[in-house]
Amino acid sequence: MKTEGRPTSPVAANANLPQTVSGSKALDQATSLIFETGTPRRTGVDLPEPKGRKSRLGSHAREGEIGLPGLSEPETMRHYVRLSQKNYAIDLGVYPLGSCTMKHNPRLNEKVARMPGFADVHPLQPVQTAQGALEVLSVLSHWLMTLCNMPAVALTPKAGAHGELCGMMAIRARLDKDGQSHKRRVLVPESAHGTNPATAVQCGFSVDEIPANDKGRVDMDALRTKLEGLGADSDIAGIMLTNPNTCGLFENDIIEIAELIHAAGGYFYCDGANFNALVGRVRPGDLGVDAMHINLHKTFSTPHGGGGPGSGPTVLSDALKDHAPVPYVVAGKDGFDLVEHADENSFGRMCAFHGNMGMYTRALSYMMSHGSDGLKQATEDAVLNANYIQASLSDVMTPAFGGTCMHEALFDDRFLKDTGVETLDFAKAMIDEGYHPMTMYFPLVVHGAMLIEPTESESKGELDRFILSMRSLAQRAKAGEVESFKQAPVYAPKRRLDETQAARKPVLRWTPPSETAEAAE
Amino acid sequence: MSTYFTEDHEWIKVDGDTGTVGISGYAAKALGDVVFVELPEVGAEFDKGDEAAVVESVKAASEVYSPVGGEVTAVNEALEEAPETVNASPDGDGWFLKIKIADADELSSLMDEAKYKTYCDGL
Amino acid sequence: MRYLPLNNNDRAQMLDVIGVDNIDALFEDVPKSARLKGLIDLPKHQSEQAVERFFQRLSNKSTPAGSVPFFCGAGAYKHHIPATVDHLIQRSEFLTAYTPYQPEVSQGTLQALFEFQTQVALLTGMEVANASMYDGSTACAEAVVMAHRVARGKKSKAILASGLHPHYAAATQTLASTLNIQIDSQGAQIGVDADVIDRIDNDTACVVVQSPNVFGEIVDLRPIAEKAHAHKALLIAVFTEPVALAAIESPGAQGADIVVGEGQGLGVGLAFGGPHVGLFACRQKLVRQMPGRVCGETVDANGERGFVLTLSTREQHIRREKATSNICTNSGLCCLAFTIHMSLLGDAGIQRLAALNHEKACELADLIDGVDGASVENETFFNEFTVRLNRPAAEVVDAMVKKGVIAGVPLSRLAPEADPNLLLVCATETSSDEDIAAFETALKEVLS
Repeated sequence: MKTEGRPTSPVAANANLPQTVSGSKALDQATSLIFETGTPRRTGVDLPEPKGRKSRLGSHAREGEIGLPGLSEPETMRHYVRLSQKNYAIDLGVYPLGSCTMKHNPRLNEKVARMPGFADVHPLQPVQTAQGALEVLSVLSHWLMTLCNMPAVALTPKAGAHGELCGMMAIRARLDKDGQSHKRRVLVPESAHGTNPATAVQCGFSVDEIPANDKGRVDMDALRTKLEGLGADSDIAGIMLTNPNTCGLFENDIIEIAELIHAAGGYFYCDGANFNALVGRVRPGDLGVDAMHINLHKTFSTPHGGGGPGSGPTVLSDALKDHAPVPYVVAGKDGFDLVEHADENSFGRMCAFHGNMGMYTRALSYMMSHGSDGLKQATEDAVLNANYIQASLSDVMTPAFGGTCMHEALFDDRFLKDTGVETLDFAKAMIDEGYHPMTMYFPLVVHGAMLIEPTESESKGELDRFILSMRSLAQRAKAGEVESFKQAPVYAPKRRLDETQAARKPVLRWTPPSETAEAAE
Repeated sequence: MSTYFTEDHEWIKVDGDTGTVGISGYAAKALGDVVFVELPEVGAEFDKGDEAAVVESVKAASEVYSPVGGEVTAVNEALEEAPETVNASPDGDGWFLKIKIADADELSSLMDEAKYKTYCDGL
Repeated sequence: MRYLPLNNNDRAQMLDVIGVDNIDALFEDVPKSARLKGLIDLPKHQSEQAVERFFQRLSNKSTPAGSVPFFCGAGAYKHHIPATVDHLIQRSEFLTAYTPYQPEVSQGTLQALFEFQTQVALLTGMEVANASMYDGSTACAEAVVMAHRVARGKKSKAILASGLHPHYAAATQTLASTLNIQIDSQGAQIGVDADVIDRIDNDTACVVVQSPNVFGEIVDLRPIAEKAHAHKALLIAVFTEPVALAAIESPGAQGADIVVGEGQGLGVGLAFGGPHVGLFACRQKLVRQMPGRVCGETVDANGERGFVLTLSTREQHIRREKATSNICTNSGLCCLAFTIHMSLLGDAGIQRLAALNHEKACELADLIDGVDGASVENETFFNEFTVRLNRPAAEVVDAMVKKGVIAGVPLSRLAPEADPNLLLVCATETSSDEDIAAFETALKEVLS
């Protein structure tokens, strides 16, 4: 039974702010749904009139309206600009979401991604007309393999979770090829992100959890007990380990972990979600890793875009590289070519076409701008910033573990004990201070977790301001100002939202008022 | 009629060879506001300890395990429209399913109400 | 380095506060054998101008679709995108926001998702839609896995129609391969989609049919839906060109239970195949088995309407190994581009856009039918169709490239075992009369 979690229904508001007639609050404009303002006959696109010749749609032509509202161009512009102003953004302020890596998104990346030789190229146009796009794939691959010291990379996975799938599929393909189809058990630390066990199961493996020790790392005694003496013929398929782990800590026994797994005939999948703490200073290939996905949208700054698109290229070791998915780019005597059809070793195809090209150009632009020196400096600054926050808050908040951290600082809720303020309340109060909350209630191994990742993009001045706000909130909580925390946020476009109602009676789309009325009768 | 409890916080109220199954008040409170209950089909057969249903709150999802083996004879369809009944009346209207008990001996491994209360107090 | 705000003075002060002598002290947990000395062997940092020049040089080595008469479709479509779309998706508040997990400061993204879901539901004729998937092919694969979840493990078979895009079939095969889902596929064949009806039995969890299919043919889903439902199987309807749905009867109206497809054709550029946006819609009763993020309406503490991500207990961050899918992201910004383009078009606009596409394709088909050595295979089509040539299509395409026309996609590029003489050709509203004439002229020259 899971009892750890957060409240999901808001307390009733008692804010005494006056209501406006329009529903707007100065810059925060009231915004109807397009279905309430648009009409099916209105349009913001001028298209020539069709000549009305005969149809070759057969008997399948659509009749009647679809019901889609249209808006003129100015109405469209205003609708989405108003919506945009209800969002927090990296470009607006500190966005310290641990494990999500909200760093600055350089606009040069946007510019190069939109060059027509990348943005306006069809995935199936003849390869001799897409050489520039293929060269980007090739150069990006070189950078990723070099930074990781790994011999191969599969670019096509469309996000981190897709990259995990890629790595685990490659492991499965290798095991099956070696006649080791009985190896189906995958070890996953209990601190792992939920995607790891979900991926393992999606690949047909069973999940065996490994506990954490009191230092937030893999409990080596438990791991040794599980693995020692099993031998290469065991049922162990591999391990999925995040490094630095979800507590923001480097797994200092990682080389021994890799050796133990290899001795049990398994493979080492490293979740690369936190690779941004290592780039230029540590290469996964030197740690015994067999496969690792790289979130281009975290480590290499492709924009998060409100939830995607991501990109999850996956580096592979010698043992796994022959099992990589198609398609991939190869250099031939007449230029670059594509291998688009799986041979007997490849585990197949993960998606239509060649992965997220638009993210490749952006990530490569980021990498080339930084260079080997800048990437290393960015890593060091990210780690420095996280430790500076941890050191500056450790007397008023409670770090979950002792010692220094990597790129993110993890606190638990012991400092809120007996205050009546919970992690969620603390996070919502940060909104009123002008900050996006940190990641909360993750990782699950820490009670009331607060995971702060400032990234290298913050100046010392911004960090000092942030630290001051956090200290002040911690002190207010301890001083018994619980009510202000329970009410927060009061200055955001919306007060706390009722998630229980949303989940109990899901309303997932707009319906015309007449239909809603009928349904209620 | 007697009621038995499992360590996973299911209860079963036995009436002849039929048992009514639900989750305890302790479990309902720990889950928080229940938003959805996934019930098995009538006629489904379970062994003791099989996953029989799923109960979800916003923040968690938990499996409900069959306290004994047997065939499902009825499910509480009212929960589909009103899952909050599980919070309001966990040991009454918030029942999940009725099962035809295959082997009454399996009940002997379960806790009675007093034992279960002691068990919860120790958690 | 222009992206890094700290200077050495800052760094020294901060190390002091932390209480360590140097930055190396913060990396002490790294095993000694893995600590790098010096820099990795890659070029050092470069100015904005230098990086831009590098990319410009590479960009110039490709032929953009907009620079020549261009007729490739087969899963990605060249359409005009209004300037408003690209401007709006580059607003900081959309571009540099994370997944809307803090709804009080994410209403912009959330309301746009709610509107998106409604538009997708309307266009597909379904009751609900999710907040998008990676792309059409992965949406298709996830739909098959979902259908097996709905069957609660009691049915093993997923039937793929022969008109399903071969990449979609391959992506589905990959995802299904580890999950005891038996894929019944007979490869890409033209004109035999209705054969799936005879393959549906009580062991069938789902049947996957694309319409318009990869050959461009419009498939009647009704009889397939009837047979599927008679055997308690789900019909998964697939599309690769969203604009087509404005011209033909919706899959929902024809009885589909799940509708998946590619949304790129509306608002999203070709981008060499990604990022695109997968659309996923289904019946209300299946919603709790649906993969991916979903946005729902609720109220805030003041009783005002607001939006949140909901039904998240299906997802991996709560459900872990019992999640409906391992997916953590949607295709956020592409989904925003789609919804903005749809808002600009409205019902009238999208229907006219569809009519124009169809008209251009009809004009092209008529001309091709008049060329010796080429014939259009389709009975019906929307904006793409299949041409049978008197020699391998790949050779014809290469020869036409030399004449400045990118003529289409040889079927053999998608499926090497398929008939090498078949060429998939697509025309859209961007195909001018001159482009279409250039196609005809070049084809005549090459085939003569």
